[in-house]
Amino acid sequence: MSFVNTLINGHEGGLKHEGLTPMQKISLRFVVLGVLFYGLAAVEGMMMRVVEITPVAAIDDTHFFAIMTVHPMVGVFGSTYMIVFGAFLFLVPFFMKKPIFSLKVANASWMLIGGGTFIMWLAGFLFAYSPLYTLYWPLPVDLEQFKIIGGLFYVVGVALIMVGTFLYSYNVFKTIMYTPAGWDKQPSMELFKDAIGFRAIGNWLKKRKTEHIVDLPVAAIARGTIDVGLNAVVITAAGVLLLIYMFGTLFGVGMEKTWVDALLYKNIFWWGLDLIADGLVLIFVAGTWYILAMMITGKDLFMKHVARAALFVEMVVSWTVWSHHLMSDQGQSNLLKVLSGEMVTALELVTQGLAVYITLVTLAKARPLKMTNELKFLLGGLLGFMLAVPAGIIQADLGMNRVLHNTQWIIGSHVHVAILVGLTMTLYSAIYLLLPILTNGAKLYSQKLATAHFWLHLIGGIGMGSSMGMAGIDGMLRRSIYVDGEYNTYMVLAGVFGCMLLLAFALFLFNVVMTFGVKGLIGIYLPAKSDTSDCVPAPQEA
Amino acid sequence: MADSIDVLATLKLVYGIYAFIAISLIGWFGYRITKAKDDRTGAKPAIFWTYVAVLAVIGTGLHILTYNTVPWVPYDLDRANIEPAAIFDIAYEDHQMSFSDLPMNVGCGEYVVFNATSNDLTYGFGIFRADHTLVAQMQVVPQSKNDLMWRFDKNGTYYVRSTEYSGPQGARMVARDAIIVTGCDLDDLRATTTGGQS
Repeated sequence: MSFVNTLINGHEGGLKHEGLTPMQKISLRFVVLGVLFYGLAAVEGMMMRVVEITPVAAIDDTHFFAIMTVHPMVGVFGSTYMIVFGAFLFLVPFFMKKPIFSLKVANASWMLIGGGTFIMWLAGFLFAYSPLYTLYWPLPVDLEQFKIIGGLFYVVGVALIMVGTFLYSYNVFKTIMYTPAGWDKQPSMELFKDAIGFRAIGNWLKKRKTEHIVDLPVAAIARGTIDVGLNAVVITAAGVLLLIYMFGTLFGVGMEKTWVDALLYKNIFWWGLDLIADGLVLIFVAGTWYILAMMITGKDLFMKHVARAALFVEMVVSWTVWSHHLMSDQGQSNLLKVLSGEMVTALELVTQGLAVYITLVTLAKARPLKMTNELKFLLGGLLGFMLAVPAGIIQADLGMNRVLHNTQWIIGSHVHVAILVGLTMTLYSAIYLLLPILTNGAKLYSQKLATAHFWLHLIGGIGMGSSMGMAGIDGMLRRSIYVDGEYNTYMVLAGVFGCMLLLAFALFLFNVVMTFGVKGLIGIYLPAKSDTSDCVPAPQEA
Repeated sequence: MADSIDVLATLKLVYGIYAFIAISLIGWFGYRITKAKDDRTGAKPAIFWTYVAVLAVIGTGLHILTYNTVPWVPYDLDRANIEPAAIFDIAYEDHQMSFSDLPMNVGCGEYVVFNATSNDLTYGFGIFRADHTLVAQMQVVPQSKNDLMWRFDKNGTYYVRSTEYSGPQGARMVARDAIIVTGCDLDDLRATTTGGQS
């Protein structure tokens, strides 16, 4: 088969989109768009890497910080949310063996999150709106530095993302709790309680265990979804506040910025943001590891009752750790710094370490296993969090934070290793695992490309994160520009490793395009021919 | 007395060793997972709970360790009850830093307080050596008390830089030769020349 033919029609017939169920199509729409947004975030990341090595005339300070503002937003909402939501909207009905509550709502979710991400990105691209994702008060409404139109684009974009997120959360919980047409009445509240984890905590404390009515993977998804929803509430509230001030300025209403207490705002905003960083990521990731380990081995999870209860503990912990982001804020009380910032945060080492252990033992008990793509990426994901979580615990310390806060250590050794190696490799594992299920058995174009993708991503991710982290130890700040080559050795290294990451993505994308074919990829976004509410086609239809 | 260079060098060493062990462990696991089964799976609950206990001890023990070994932690927590030898006021507005004293002359081993206020945005207050290594920093939040108590035990000249993003206009807020420490037996060899960006 010629290259052009494979490119158009896919490998060995490619993706036969006509046979996909509406649910399969929706999940693939989420995932494909999420992968493309990942590519955008990766290109933006490399643009910043270049500026960190040498000043570039085309990227001035304003442009640089506009990129820095949208880069994490595109990465988290456009890519991670899309891939995770796409997978989970498929897996919840799949594991519960019942139809999703609403296909229309699921379709609306990907459109809103995808469209919102694009509009938010335009705020940076067209109007250089650059208050960073942290939105420290009152910077987002400093209209002497930023154009109001940029702020409006940003808020509208994020609002759409949040609406899409609310719809996703609603759909997940409704799917768990509702009674499909023709079914016996489902025990909605009992299903809800089991999904949230009340029954798991009871089982942990009781000798006589109550049987669970919601599978562990669904419980993990539900608990992460709680944090997603709470986070959306906080971000939406911040957006409303920004809109009030922007419209106030627009219509000449004098509004003092001191009406909002900057430290209180920072506490509330970080409480919400941390639900993504420490709640959603850790819970979803742990849950995804459990799902992957069970699906790869075909076996039950090791210490599954503890795993369930730990997911609940992780959710509660995630509500109480925000103060580790304010350890260099001297107005913050010492009590909050020590209790929330240090001690409760330390529990994340326990909950995440426990998830690593349970996953590894579940895999080990099923030996020998074939080193498939999903297994190797899962191991990469585990390694990413084994490196990144302790780095986070170290900086959440009063002594260390004084010399690490806002340095490249935070964003390199902790955030980028967690997201690029830990989270993204876990998501790649899920993508490789779900590929045949979502596509009714499409065959991967090249295993060699998949292997190259793995090694380049793993080495590139760890290498880039550690190069940035070492620069941070030597004093390099994360939100500043250096023009005298102060950290050039580290930055050149980070740039080289960053190139490996970008190349890894290019190989992956090429492999996916050649696997599906351009026709197949376009077909994902065409209406489904089948109107079944099942996740996958019945055997005779496949 | 340990300073930030000592603390961060220890971090580099300890974390480097840990990272090497973690990578090796997963590499070894990846190799072993494809081989035939033996009895060493770590699947015994006793091993599991011991591991969980060890994690809890390490997680909380780190803070107890640094409280007792990193010199600035106890006096940072107790700064309200310590009488400083000098208080230096720094005002932030319109991406400018204004100092009550410049340079800020500090005696060796004295507790001094850097008291920063912002009249508009959130900034940062960071003390750096000439080689750009960080001595200490804090956030400078408007409407909030931002007081950093510090004690220098080596002679040196340090520059101050805003460590928090305050918009593109605040990307290079630097005050060169802002702090001069004298009277110590030891010199901070990384802080003997002028620092800060040109």
